[in-house]
Amino acid sequence: METCMSIIIGILFAVGTYLILSKTLLRIILGTSIIGHGVNLLLLTMGGLKKGGPPLLGLNTLTFTDPLPQALILTAIVINFATTALFLVLSYRAYKVLGTDDVEQLRGYNDE
Amino acid sequence: MSWLHLIIALPFLCAILVPFLYQQFNPRIHTGWFILIVPLIIFLGLSSYIPAVSAGKIFYLTLPWIPAYDINLTAYIDGLSLTFALIISGIGFLVIWYSIYYLSRLKEALHNFYIYLLLFMGSMLGLVFSDNIFVLYVFWELTSISSFLLIAYWYEREKSRSGAQKSLLITVFGGLSMLAGFILLSMITDTYSIREMISQAAIIQAHLLFIPAMILILLGAFTKSAQFPFSIWLPDAMEAPTPISAYLHSATMVKAGIYIVARCTTIFGGDPAWFWLVTGIGLITLLYGSINAVRQTDLKALLAYSTISQLGLIMSLLGLGSAALYFQVGSAGTFYAIAIFAAIFHMVNHAVFKGCLFMAVGIIDHELGTRDIRRLGGLMHFMPVSFLMILVGSLSMAGLPPFNGFLSKELFFTSFLNALKMPFFNMETWGIILLIAAWVASVFTFVYCMIIIFKTFLGKKKDHKLKKKAHEAPVGMLIPPLILAALVVAIFFCPNVLAQHLLQPAWEAVLPALAATAPLVIKISPWHGFNTALLLTIGVIAAGTVLYITYEKWRSVYRYYPEALTLNNLYEWMLEKTEAGSRTITNWYMTGLVRDYLVYILGFTILLVGGTAVFFEGLAFDSSRDAAVNVYELVLLIGMVIAALTVLLAKSRLTSVIAVGTLGFMVVFFFVLLRAPDLALTQLVVETVTTVLFLLCLYHLPKLRREKIPLRFKAVNGVVSVAIGLVMTAVALSANSNQLFTSISGYYLDADKLAGAKNIVNAILVDFRGFDTMLEILVLTMAGFGVYTLIKLQLAVRRKENEGTK
Repeated sequence: METCMSIIIGILFAVGTYLILSKTLLRIILGTSIIGHGVNLLLLTMGGLKKGGPPLLGLNTLTFTDPLPQALILTAIVINFATTALFLVLSYRAYKVLGTDDVEQLRGYNDE
Repeated sequence: MSWLHLIIALPFLCAILVPFLYQQFNPRIHTGWFILIVPLIIFLGLSSYIPAVSAGKIFYLTLPWIPAYDINLTAYIDGLSLTFALIISGIGFLVIWYSIYYLSRLKEALHNFYIYLLLFMGSMLGLVFSDNIFVLYVFWELTSISSFLLIAYWYEREKSRSGAQKSLLITVFGGLSMLAGFILLSMITDTYSIREMISQAAIIQAHLLFIPAMILILLGAFTKSAQFPFSIWLPDAMEAPTPISAYLHSATMVKAGIYIVARCTTIFGGDPAWFWLVTGIGLITLLYGSINAVRQTDLKALLAYSTISQLGLIMSLLGLGSAALYFQVGSAGTFYAIAIFAAIFHMVNHAVFKGCLFMAVGIIDHELGTRDIRRLGGLMHFMPVSFLMILVGSLSMAGLPPFNGFLSKELFFTSFLNALKMPFFNMETWGIILLIAAWVASVFTFVYCMIIIFKTFLGKKKDHKLKKKAHEAPVGMLIPPLILAALVVAIFFCPNVLAQHLLQPAWEAVLPALAATAPLVIKISPWHGFNTALLLTIGVIAAGTVLYITYEKWRSVYRYYPEALTLNNLYEWMLEKTEAGSRTITNWYMTGLVRDYLVYILGFTILLVGGTAVFFEGLAFDSSRDAAVNVYELVLLIGMVIAALTVLLAKSRLTSVIAVGTLGFMVVFFFVLLRAPDLALTQLVVETVTTVLFLLCLYHLPKLRREKIPLRFKAVNGVVSVAIGLVMTAVALSANSNQLFTSISGYYLDADKLAGAKNIVNAILVDFRGFDTMLEILVLTMAGFGVYTLIKLQLAVRRKENEGTK
């Protein structure tokens, strides 16, 4: 399972990176979102998968899956949501004001 | 902390007060009057050390700075550093006095001037007193920086700026190589103290790095002391106000290189490479400077070239004297070491007579508005006092009695005559050539000294070429150069007072070992019979007079020198090429495109992470502990791959957004399967809201265009993306396979006992790592505000626009 997950993580990162390198703002946002999923799965995989029951005390199991990555991921999901939302609205604003969603045309001033 | 440290720190401390003094008293009282006290205190304070130092005592005072790294402010007073420090403070006093009249208190930015000047004075004192190489280096570069600031004092002039830049580039280049040389020495000797390095001179001389260290340190000394071919910065530095030229660029800063060479003589001396480098470069500089000085028409440029030539003279003497440390020299060491004595003596004399000359030329410039020889002439009757000063200074420089230059010029010839007798270093054949070169240079020195005197003060007055009417300077301005002129004569009549109290201890400081075994007993006297040295001087006068009289006939020789081959052209060419080259390189990679910068960042990530993993054998693959894969999971995995690829290939916005949403929901399923219920719940909510947000924005954002990206770019993007994917896979696999230590999660399994919670993940978030969660909420709030304002702001703008159209 871990090996399969590692391959999936690699694919997610590759797809996300390719999207980030493109010119359209929407694609870039989608790319960060996909990389976010990749990171979450990476964290989860690093702790080992299915090593026991869910980390809830009071169930009838003696072993639990590692709870620490899950706590980290929970934070990551929320932060990821916040940044994606801000980024999305920002790009929407940028398009409204400047009339383009092409990163190459959003270069600002030539300071030379 | 000692008095000496206070003395070094005094200029820096006073520099802080300058702006306040300027603000309070300018223009009622010239700021210079306050500053004048500083060098006076330093001079008097240092004078109190003279009796002890001349008795052979050496002071060694340490103030800890960074003791952990063995870097301390160690002040070291011996004859050499004291001689330099007295010149620095003494000439500094006179120069500041002179500057009070030279710089108008109504027009000039005096506060800047005096801050820079004090900065220089402090760093120069620090330089000569420091024993620690790093402290010395810091002071060394500070003198370069303050020199830069002072040359560019009239920064609105283009020439001042370029001159300042040139001096900074050349001297800082030298300073850096000197630092490298010092570091090599400290690697050999395992100490940062020059005094301890000197005690290990034998180890250094036998070491493989001896020659590189020597060359690097000499580069520093030669650039600072304007030796050929680094001398080109000094004539351009004449754009500085004349007090600065007199102080930094003839009396003190340019002598820093001399100081370093003298200090390092014990370390490197006795080696043929040192002997030939220092003597040879010194002699070439001496010749180059004096021959070029003759053709100058600007008085200050003439003095600049004469300074270059005189510095070369001192340098060549230091080189000759280093032969005294040659291992086969035997008892003749002291005989050759007279050259070192001559060098120190001439250095003092030069500071005195050249200071006087610069100030006098400054007076001419100040009162007449020009210093071009072609416009001057017949000034003797209008400026008699200035004439007197120029006469004394020039004749002393030419080496005539009864002025101090005569004495050191005699010693200079004596040293070269002594060197003829050296039975080593091939001096049997080369000695006579060196002597001839020294003699020829002296002839040219004589010629340019005559030019200064006769072309400016005698002959016909050229009133029509002058902007102002010729008249003498105010008395206050005349006093400082007059003091120096008086010193020129005084040293001639009682040289032994100076020799006994300062020069002898300085000589002993340069050659401590020799001083212990065979001390130098020297009595300078103006008259010692008709010896060879005197005959050489007479020859100089005769040949010089002939050359001066026939100057108009042979001056055209200079025109044959091709203009394209000058060192200045080389410098300009190098500067231009460096600028153009760095611009090309920068423009090549700083494209201004976010995509390119991302490629650099990702490229380095691949190299660093992947490279480290390969290099330190961190890659591992071990699937024995893997959990089993069941059918749903396999289906989900395949679904995720399809979703991800759909995003990549989708042509419409809707498809790609829905694909990303699908991907997110599949992750939710995974969380369920992988025993993470909390994550699944959160992700479900977040993913839903995100997808809705995306769809909302879709309404406003433009349609996805087919991106017109060149194939080359696409290929690079593809390679980088695949490489990132591979690296991440490798990282994930290795992280699983390398179980370097056991999980720290065991602690949290006691959540029930520790925090009274059944849900471990929740306990971690709100109890164990509560602060993290709080900050996370803060981030979320900030993002929320951001989103809100971005939308609201736009509405406000739109409303205003609407009102505008109405």
